[in-house]
Amino acid sequence: MTRELGRIRGLDVELASLAAVEGMLDRARQERLEDVAVATVDSPVGGLLVAVTPRGLVRVAFPEERPDLVMEELSISLSPRVLEDPRALDPVRRQLEEYFEGRRRRFKARIDWALAPRGFSRRVLEATARIPYGSVSTYGEMAKRAGSPRAARAAGNALHDNPVPIVVPCHRVVPSGGGIGKYGGSEWRKEWLLRLEGALAK
Amino acid sequence: MGAPPFAWFLEEQRAPVYRFLLAAVGPDDADDCFQETFLSALRAYPRLRNDSNLRAWILTIATRKVIDHGRAKARGPVPVERLPERTAPEPPDADPELWRAVRALPAMQRAAVLHRYVLDLPYAEIAEALGCTEEAARASAYEGRRKLRASRALETEGGGR
Repeated sequence: MTRELGRIRGLDVELASLAAVEGMLDRARQERLEDVAVATVDSPVGGLLVAVTPRGLVRVAFPEERPDLVMEELSISLSPRVLEDPRALDPVRRQLEEYFEGRRRRFKARIDWALAPRGFSRRVLEATARIPYGSVSTYGEMAKRAGSPRAARAAGNALHDNPVPIVVPCHRVVPSGGGIGKYGGSEWRKEWLLRLEGALAK
Repeated sequence: MGAPPFAWFLEEQRAPVYRFLLAAVGPDDADDCFQETFLSALRAYPRLRNDSNLRAWILTIATRKVIDHGRAKARGPVPVERLPERTAPEPPDADPELWRAVRALPAMQRAAVLHRYVLDLPYAEIAEALGCTEEAARASAYEGRRKLRASRALETEGGGR
């Protein structure tokens, strides 16, 4: 039919619709419709996909985990109301930036443990969250604090599946026999983080 | 498997929905209708059936917002000499007469015309978005176009459908 009506297709609706999305996100936040907010945070160990819920920080993912798969995981396990909303992540982003610049030793963020299995795994992660900056502990010690002194290997598995690495510092847990041990987010990152914190010689 | 993350759905439907609203309510009100549309969608999203046609679904909501918007406007005071403070682009080489004529169409006809000729949707999908039969969608689009022609806002161009 009419070229006239067709012309609106050529419009640059791109920018206008993006601006409208901003406004929509503000309102979604106010009306508490944002079940999960995600954004990417740049860091020296790669772009981190970070997710928060109204209950706290729920996920930090390294790029190898593939952002699209992580988004799907969040959608299936938590709620399909997953929104990309960098502004909702501002406080966490600021803290991560300070941490990577060596200016922050503790994260002030509530953790939403929804993605950590209840029971032993979660107790291991909670114990890990209390290891101070700059020091390390062992898998055996974490197992003991989680109530199963002989389950060092299981503690290792729980740490490997830590949904919020860096903030819950599973990199501070090392084998009692020496070496830095394994890391869910590749071993070079574990070494990098331990050096940043001064737990390994620079 | 449930619905995809809302972020993906939003990214996919953002431009077409905006384009539709821009044409349906004009640049001054497009943002508002857009936000209302996606907030409604967000509210209902967790209860959505897996096999829903997401595009038709969001256009149904957007069409409803356009109708509500028209009603609110009809009730509300008529703005006088408002300074145009545009947040959205005016159609380029716009024929203001055409857009006025489009917005003067009854909501269903306007929606049908826009879905068909601005968004290029097949009648089956338009029918789904408007909640009517394919025949009724075709009739609405036809009737809307006839009115636009009659208002002479629309020049016929050879070979058009």
